[in-house]
Amino acid sequence: MLQLDRLILMQGSFRLTADWSASPGQRIAVIGPSGGGKSTLLSAIAGFIAPTSGRILWNGQEIAAVRPGERPVTILFQDQNLFPHLTVTQNLGLGLRPDLRLTPKDLERIEDALGRVGLAGLGARRPAQLSGGQASRAALARALLRARPILLLDEPFAALGPAQRREMLSLVSEVAEATGALVLMVTHDPEDARALQGATVFVADGVAHPPVETEALLAAPPPALLDYLGRK
Amino acid sequence: MASRARPLSLAAPALAVLLLALVLAPLLAVGLRGAGMSLGPADWAAVRFSVTQALLSAAFSTVLAIPVARALARRRFPGRTALITLMGAPFLLPAVVAVLGLLAVFGRSGVLNQALIQLGLPPISIYGLHGVVLAHVFLNLPLATRMILQGWLAIPAERTRLAQSLGFGPRETFRHLEAPMLREVLPGVALVILIVCLTSFAVVITLGGGPRATTIELAIYQAVRFEFDLGRAAGLAGVQLLICALAALIAWRFARPAGFGAGLDRDLALPAPGGWRTWGDGTALVAVTPFLTLPLLSVLLRGLPGLTDLPASVLPAAGRSIIVALVSSGLTTVAALTLALASARRPKPLIEAAATLPLATSGLVLGTGLFLMIQPLAPPMTLALPVTVLVNVALSLPYLYRILLPETRALQADYGRLADSLSLSGWARLRWLILPRLARPLGFGAGVAAALSMGDLGVIALFAGERQATLPLVVAQLTGAYRMEAAAAAALILVTLSFALFWACDAGGRRAAA
Repeated sequence: MLQLDRLILMQGSFRLTADWSASPGQRIAVIGPSGGGKSTLLSAIAGFIAPTSGRILWNGQEIAAVRPGERPVTILFQDQNLFPHLTVTQNLGLGLRPDLRLTPKDLERIEDALGRVGLAGLGARRPAQLSGGQASRAALARALLRARPILLLDEPFAALGPAQRREMLSLVSEVAEATGALVLMVTHDPEDARALQGATVFVADGVAHPPVETEALLAAPPPALLDYLGRK
Repeated sequence: MASRARPLSLAAPALAVLLLALVLAPLLAVGLRGAGMSLGPADWAAVRFSVTQALLSAAFSTVLAIPVARALARRRFPGRTALITLMGAPFLLPAVVAVLGLLAVFGRSGVLNQALIQLGLPPISIYGLHGVVLAHVFLNLPLATRMILQGWLAIPAERTRLAQSLGFGPRETFRHLEAPMLREVLPGVALVILIVCLTSFAVVITLGGGPRATTIELAIYQAVRFEFDLGRAAGLAGVQLLICALAALIAWRFARPAGFGAGLDRDLALPAPGGWRTWGDGTALVAVTPFLTLPLLSVLLRGLPGLTDLPASVLPAAGRSIIVALVSSGLTTVAALTLALASARRPKPLIEAAATLPLATSGLVLGTGLFLMIQPLAPPMTLALPVTVLVNVALSLPYLYRILLPETRALQADYGRLADSLSLSGWARLRWLILPRLARPLGFGAGVAAALSMGDLGVIALFAGERQATLPLVVAQLTGAYRMEAAAAAALILVTLSFALFWACDAGGRRAAA
């Protein structure tokens, strides 16, 4: 279980608080106005920002001192999820062995993961030879290989079209199912939140509110969310 | 985990302390030996001349390099690669040899004056302030061009493409893409050249001299060599240190990050505007090419006939020079990369100081200090080559650090978090991220370090006897003995070796990056 225990994050004059928890397998959309702190929240869980106060716990263990790569976390950034000088296979291999000493079995697993995201046979390509959707798939394939219990998505599909984005979301669901991961996905589109079929965390005015079941939240949004959605 | 040791993060501060000690200890030794430092009017004249010529040299080199770098960045023409390689040449050229080449073109009986006399015009003199500035521009314009060109090539193709899609003309491209890049790159370029010229020695000893054209360096040399007045030398070295530190502070104050994001490795040429700009770019290239090639050509022509009749001292000296250059280059590259990686995330004062302070000193100051430190322990002659390597590493490290720092910063900004999130650390990070991404600047930097070390004349002159002489020293000795043909031949070998070492490193880096 992921616990954010009276967490306070500060960057300059910006301040964000969160005090809630989420269980493995849960799928949580993180929505809210831009600049509201959605990415800051994910960065803190991934280990790129240290909490000003409060704790981040995974299964009861505080993870503040754990370095990003050793946290129970895989994160997909908005862009730059692949190293352009490495092949797709190598990029995926980093998820298994950062020193890239890949065994035949590792390569087999990589090929298998590529197949599962629809990139079979493209392992020898460089990222520049992939489309945006294919690059996202490759990054998801690496998440599949890493099989960390928390999957953080910081709007990695923002640049994709609606159809592709829906495909990616169902792929995320598959990956989450296969790894049993807790998913936290930043988005600005309530439709994405719906498609994730889980809960939603609304981040605004310096607070990351506890997750609420998405349909229920969107059916009866609190005033701040109503403002964000632009509905009367 | 925080407890797991990260070799690079521990190595950098230790290295920085070592470098600071290497620079400060000799200064201390010189200072202690020379008690009661007091500078006379002649010394202050030297200070004024030093600053004037260095400011003029840095300004001309940097400003003139901008149109040349831009032309090279956005035009494709036959011989472009060769011209870029050639841009490395004058900087590789040992200063004594460069001066020989310039004398052959601009000297009393040089090509230019012969032409002027033919036209019935009065001859010009290359001696004095304008000669020193001319030589410094000749030596540093190409370096400035290459550094600025790297800045141009570092503008991501995505940004260029975005600019094109927004219909940017040359003016908007300059304002939104090129000007921010130049703002970041130029202060560093100007600072490096300013300090090169402040501490320049071989040029000034030939083209300067006398009460009106003596620099601090030359004054230090005269104080040590002719008067053995170490107090005065120490006083001058102190002034030198202050001036260079001030220059470093100014450049640091004005350098700001351009804030470009990463670009994927797609090959996309920069937009090449037509009209008068084509002519402008062409003019820049046509003007700079003979200025850079003619002096080199004259060294070649003078040196070739003497190759058949080389003094016996040349070949062993060449061997020593190659070893010194390779060892220095390897050590400098490793040290500069370590420091640049350590301050990639945010500037660290200790590391900045260690990588900048050597600029504020000079081969002669360091050499004199080390000489004084070694003398009580061993005959300095026996340590001539190791000391030369050490001083070469200290003196070329700032250049390599400046070359690598923007690259490690960009690497950190673009891929640092991704690499961290994948536990890509230690040797794996070096092997799979840093070396492949930085191969190009690393190759260039290693080449610069090798060439600087190959052509260095300074410390070795203070230390070496007959059996420790490096090739530049042999050239200087032959020149001093007025064996001009042999000197030119040895100079030609020196130039060829410097050039070959630089080319091998630079091409290696570019090939690894491709």
